[in-house]
Amino acid sequence: MNKIVEKEFFSENVAKLVIEAPEIAKSRKPGHFVIIRIDERGERIPLTIAGSDIEKGTITLVIQKVGVTSAKLLALNEGDAIRDVVGPLGKATHIENIGTVLCAGGGVGVAPLLPIVEGFKKAGNRVITVLAARTKDLIILEDQMREFSDEVILMTDDGSSGRKGLVTAGMEEVIKREKVDMCMTIGPAIMMKFAALTTKKYNIPTEASLNTIMVDGTGMCGACRVSVGGKTKFVCVDGPEFDAHEVNFEEMMSRLGGYKELEAKAYEKYLKNAE
Amino acid sequence: MENIKEYLKAERNQEWRAELRKSMKAKERTGRERNDMLERDPNVRNKNIDEVNLGLTEELALADARRCIDCANPTCITGCPVGINIPKFIKKIETGDYLGAAVVLKETNALPAVCGRVCPQEKQCENNCFYTISLKKPAVAIGNLERFAADYERNSGQMAIPEVAAPNGIKVGVIGSGPAGLSAAGDLCKLGYDVTVFEALHEIGGVLKYGIPEFRLPNEIVDVEIEVMRKMGIKFKTNFLVGRTATIDELKEQGYEAFFVGSGAGLPRFMNIPGENYNGILSSNEYLTRVNLMNAANPDFDTPVLKGKNVAVIGGGNTAMDSVRTAKRLGAERSVIVYRRSLVEMPARVEEVKHAQEEGIEFMNLHNPVEYFADENGRVNKMRIQKMELGEPDASGRRRPIVIPNSEFDIEVDTVVVSVGVSPNPLIPASLPNLKMTDWGTIVVDQDTMQSSIPELFAGGDIVRGGATVILAMGDGRKAAAGMHKYIQEKINK
Ligand SMILES: Cc1cc2nc3c(=O)[nH]c(=O)nc-3n(C[C@H](O)[C@H](O)[C@H](O)COP(=O)(O)OP(=O)(O)OC[C@H]3O[C@@H](n4cnc5c(N)ncnc54)[C@H](O)[C@@H]3O)c2cc1C
Ligand code: FES
Repeated sequence: MNKIVEKEFFSENVAKLVIEAPEIAKSRKPGHFVIIRIDERGERIPLTIAGSDIEKGTITLVIQKVGVTSAKLLALNEGDAIRDVVGPLGKATHIENIGTVLCAGGGVGVAPLLPIVEGFKKAGNRVITVLAARTKDLIILEDQMREFSDEVILMTDDGSSGRKGLVTAGMEEVIKREKVDMCMTIGPAIMMKFAALTTKKYNIPTEASLNTIMVDGTGMCGACRVSVGGKTKFVCVDGPEFDAHEVNFEEMMSRLGGYKELEAKAYEKYLKNAE
Repeated sequence: MENIKEYLKAERNQEWRAELRKSMKAKERTGRERNDMLERDPNVRNKNIDEVNLGLTEELALADARRCIDCANPTCITGCPVGINIPKFIKKIETGDYLGAAVVLKETNALPAVCGRVCPQEKQCENNCFYTISLKKPAVAIGNLERFAADYERNSGQMAIPEVAAPNGIKVGVIGSGPAGLSAAGDLCKLGYDVTVFEALHEIGGVLKYGIPEFRLPNEIVDVEIEVMRKMGIKFKTNFLVGRTATIDELKEQGYEAFFVGSGAGLPRFMNIPGENYNGILSSNEYLTRVNLMNAANPDFDTPVLKGKNVAVIGGGNTAMDSVRTAKRLGAERSVIVYRRSLVEMPARVEEVKHAQEEGIEFMNLHNPVEYFADENGRVNKMRIQKMELGEPDASGRRRPIVIPNSEFDIEVDTVVVSVGVSPNPLIPASLPNLKMTDWGTIVVDQDTMQSSIPELFAGGDIVRGGATVILAMGDGRKAAAGMHKYIQEKINK
């Protein structure tokens, strides 16, 4: 049982949960994720770790409501507990001092990007961060990002904050302006796909952190498999970060939809019961 | 070896055994027919998850026990990987002392109720039974009798909690809670060690829980055994992935003196053929985990599972049989085994193949998939298969499947379960660069002690053998516990 010690809504559908998990807090590094199961009947879902406090023995997760499990998570309150949390899983981000790092985050992908931005900054890099969201209210962790970035560029679809446009516009602006040594992107698959296409044009090495469907998270089932450079990889043990120029995003997006109908039905049922 | 023979002889010469032998002529015993377990109706059971086998009644068990002639040279024992004193437990049953029979089983087998259900007896003890070898008749129903005695004990509510030596205060860690880990933990605890079992998943039991379905091995049976182990004082830590949650070095700092690694062969293999990543194509591990561990077929649980109408399962092992029969139970109209060799070469337990046939599973033997096709949503809808024939025997002794040229054709499928084997779980090895491994990714150990190239690390089960069996995993666990005990005692007494 892992107790929720803090809960904060970033927007209507996005909240931060700080939960007790002392061993994971100690072992986790940027890029790692956990698998959680809310209760006896819950499913196992992966969530990237957005931060930790070793002294308090807690880890931070940021959750966006997209289906039954995320809705249930957001309905939990401080003092409630999550039944199972296992981690840290996956390979940690490879962080070194390479010069200028461009970090591009979209949606809740910004949360797991934060420790990576922090890591690259602390390793001595110049870090430029592009944050993208549909609209102003959905931009999260802006202040924290500013703390560890040399520059933060905001992009919104409707222009309600920062500049109007997609994440790629912000990225291209930076790339045209100065030499970028590497790019890191986390967000919805479609966003990462276009981020990768953008950096490919300029031959900038790019890593994307993939958020596939998972069950065990230990390499046991293959639910999380993706094609990278034509080879099948398991995201939970070989990733979650891969060379974005080699990832088959089309296949990944299709696989993310593999249970769409069942998920939609379950969500409908959940909402009905919640009424 | 001589010692064991002497011991078995002395046991056989005990008065009660000698009298029992005299009570009935050998001819009369061998003249009897073998009884098999009662089974649920195939057309009812293929729609639910109730256990297929109903076990032997007391009457049938007694009748089967009487068939055993209590041979002077009990060859059956040589076929048992853990050397159960088979004639002794069977003769205990014949005298009506069922609890006594269970005690005999537990001397060398920590989970008889499990093994009685899942061991390939026809390749082991029963294959070496006097009836099989000399009389060419059906063997004594050793597996069924094992199950009978173990079930009797469990249902009697008089499950013996094994005696545990006085605690010696020495901490040891067991990594993985499958049959290998559980049997190592049980023995180490009996020797007085302070045992903690670390398990990555949220449930204890390894493949026994996430892999083997309820209709073959009800979870309750495994849970009862785990409860006994808790009562013995073994601690279980679920959601703990050794190598990640904490490394072995960190655990050593916490005072663990030695470790047993029973992390299994959890990595599913795929065939790497075109289209294999389409939706609706999944590993048997994923399929079975969703249904068995996550309860996905039950609408009250959150995990989804694809309930295909046209399901093909690739492979011929136990895992394939479990998957194809699960698909039937989830409502498949057609559920088909696609296997590249013939029925004879199938590695699955004979009984599972028979049960599958009875339940309406189709078998496309000597067929192999070469490519998958999908609809506009990326869901598999067709599979291209080629025909095979058998050539010369290969390294495994089975006849090698050879492709018949230009024999390809397509069949419609909406779900495909790939069950072509597993590789060792690489997590522990990857976290220990000094650990000696084989080219196949299994851990190299000393055959007698199960000690690895890292002195305080012992290993057994599928992580050492590749995909093997429950009983071999348990045998390894026991051997390793003895090896660890010797290692720790020598270290202390230095
Ligand atoms: C579907 C299926 C059906 C089968 N049917 C039969 C049968 O009928 N008869 C038979 O004899 N055999 C059968 N087998 C094979 C048998 O189940 C295995 O040989 C046996 O379970 C191996 O035992 P094990 O203890 O080595 O590993 P496992 O049972 O695989 O257990 C390993 C455990 O270790 C955990 N683990 C792995 N890494 C770590 C880590 N780093 N930290 C913590 N925990 C970790 C895993 O989560 C897992 O729970 C079947 C297998 C499958 C998959
Ligand atoms: S989630 Fe099961 S193998 Fe990656």
